[in-house]
Amino acid sequence: MKHRLSIQIGPVAFRIGSAWAQPLDALARLYAAYPEPEDGICDFTVRLEAEKPWRRYFRPSVAIRGDYILPDAAPLSLAHGLLAAEMGMNLQMALGQKRYLLLHAATVEKNGRALIMTGESGAGKSTLAALLGERGWRLMGDEFALLDMDSGMLLPFPRAVSLKNGAIAVMEAQVAPGRFGPRLEGTPKGDIRHMRPNRNALSRMGEGAMPALILFPRFGAAQAVRSVGAAEIFMRLTQASTNYVSLGRRGFDSLTRLIANNPALAIDYPDTDSAIGLVDDFWRELAA
Amino acid sequence: MAGPVFATDPEAQVSAVELDGLSVLFHAPSGMTHIVAAPAPQILDALRIGPADAGELLARLRAWYDFESDDEVADAVDARLEELEAAGLVRRA
Amino acid sequence: MRNARLLVRALGDPASVRACDWAGLISAARAEQLIGSLAFRMEGQAVPPRVAAIFEAARRDSAQARTQALWEAEMAHRALAPLGLPIILMKGTAFHAAGLDASVGRSVGDLDIMVPHDSLDAVEAALIGAGWEHVKDAQGYDDEYYRRWMHELPPLIHRTRDRMIDVHHTILPLTARPRPDAQAMIAASVELENGLRILCPADIVVHAAAHLFADGNLAGGLRNLWDIDRLLREFAAQPGFWASLGECARLHQIGPHVGRALRLSHRLYGTPVDKAVAGRARLTDLLFEMRLLARNGWGQEKAKALRFAFYVRSHWLRMPPLMLARHLWVKARS
Repeated sequence: MKHRLSIQIGPVAFRIGSAWAQPLDALARLYAAYPEPEDGICDFTVRLEAEKPWRRYFRPSVAIRGDYILPDAAPLSLAHGLLAAEMGMNLQMALGQKRYLLLHAATVEKNGRALIMTGESGAGKSTLAALLGERGWRLMGDEFALLDMDSGMLLPFPRAVSLKNGAIAVMEAQVAPGRFGPRLEGTPKGDIRHMRPNRNALSRMGEGAMPALILFPRFGAAQAVRSVGAAEIFMRLTQASTNYVSLGRRGFDSLTRLIANNPALAIDYPDTDSAIGLVDDFWRELAA
Repeated sequence: MAGPVFATDPEAQVSAVELDGLSVLFHAPSGMTHIVAAPAPQILDALRIGPADAGELLARLRAWYDFESDDEVADAVDARLEELEAAGLVRRA
Repeated sequence: MRNARLLVRALGDPASVRACDWAGLISAARAEQLIGSLAFRMEGQAVPPRVAAIFEAARRDSAQARTQALWEAEMAHRALAPLGLPIILMKGTAFHAAGLDASVGRSVGDLDIMVPHDSLDAVEAALIGAGWEHVKDAQGYDDEYYRRWMHELPPLIHRTRDRMIDVHHTILPLTARPRPDAQAMIAASVELENGLRILCPADIVVHAAAHLFADGNLAGGLRNLWDIDRLLREFAAQPGFWASLGECARLHQIGPHVGRALRLSHRLYGTPVDKAVAGRARLTDLLFEMRLLARNGWGQEKAKALRFAFYVRSHWLRMPPLMLARHLWVKARS
């Protein structure tokens, strides 16, 4: 492949090949502070290819391919090449990650324990996690939580945070401009801007943490807290896992253990400050 | 009149974890996980004694539990047996 | 890595693989659906830590895939048992059910079974009654084509387990030039402990060869050929196997395909083969070899001109020329 880039994110190493320089240039800038994979070996390969040979130059159309592929995936325009690279990496994780149990959740760490936030897309957990990452917490990941099935530890996967629409302005107000990628408009999900996690998150990307609390945050209602039944959590977490079904007994044992050992709460919050306040309160209680 | 005879897999092949009133089962032969509510786990326990038709199954359950209405329980057992069969946890012997 | 030779060498002679393009090897293996097989072949070899972890995850994944494949067979058995028909497992599921060497690391996609031709309607009805559904297909033409000419029912998918089943009544489409004798295959099939059946050893190899050439444009060819290597090495230990293979190949009118499969397996994987059944080397063997190896270190298929030639060829083998023209015309219009 004409252009290539390798990146290590937490325990996972990717190599990305591209028919065009532009997406990889943008990716390299966004992931500037990330390590290169040790000994040059990668867990997954992503390929950004021209849909048809002539689409390399004329109305360039970026097909997302790699070790694992979605056969009917629609290609993206070259202007959204950075998004294509990110989606490619997500796809490899979603379809190919078999070493760790994957949860679709945002995770943050404080005082050596981890908070798992999960729930429907658009519930605001990515933004919450990003904000907590700037308020004394360490961002471990905004999209995927990796559960080590032997130790029960959560491992970081601090990829660039994918901010959408309203969340972009929220983070732009808090974070230095150098940590952002380009603003991508008109994507299938609206406007997207990527944000690199801070130095604390990146320098400690090899450091896992035992979970302490599972949270189901929901944005847009008056503040409320309720406990969540263990069976309901189990169902939500399996639905939120792309690889649970392929992990057999190990997946079952580690997920039931995660639920047995950690409380779960659902919170409604009217604004991010109140959510952050709630989370800080929980952490103080847990430490006591 | 006896209906079809049902059977289930031995306990060693099904890991069960109680979560909050429901049972989460890992079924080793299929590699699948199921979340079931009463009386499904009880039906499986009763079938583990040995293969049985619906009538015999009802008799075993009545020996363990008190029921208010026999008809309702019979209907519930039939419905659960159908679901358990579709899920692969119960088969025709 | 320019082509898949490294992958072929790693499978055939794992101890010979030292420092190499590991990323290329793994991507090629994944692209060819051979990562599981490779991971088992490389077990115990000294490899870099990350590679060892990738292989270990692949071996575990393979075990779960085996469980799921055998479970699909079991559920199909439960649905079809009342019909009292012979149900013959095929391809990867058959290998796993019989514990053949070819099953080690073998991934399985759909469940493939073969049943007698006149039982197709009853089988379809029983499967639908047990929770399988037709895969939504927009084109009425293809559905009709499938039922009339192909060697299988249109694919069915199970509504809760989301796994596909392909029900065959012979091993090649009815419109193909070789005309295998399905009834003979069913008569010669072998019963397993659980009552399901598999083809006899010679027919398993015949089917693999048919599948490699006649039923596809060599996509997945390296894996099919690896199946054939593993099958031949295991069955060669049985007395009379080669003679039986020769006879079945003749009976099912598929001698040339079986011969070429043996020669290619020998060329790529060093499989010991019987010279009489393999036949003399052909110049076109080299063309096939190039097509099979056309995968680079990024997992991309190269040699595009070769690929198109094989696509047209595979349709030619399946359909007489007049039908082919009509089929390609309708396909192009849609």
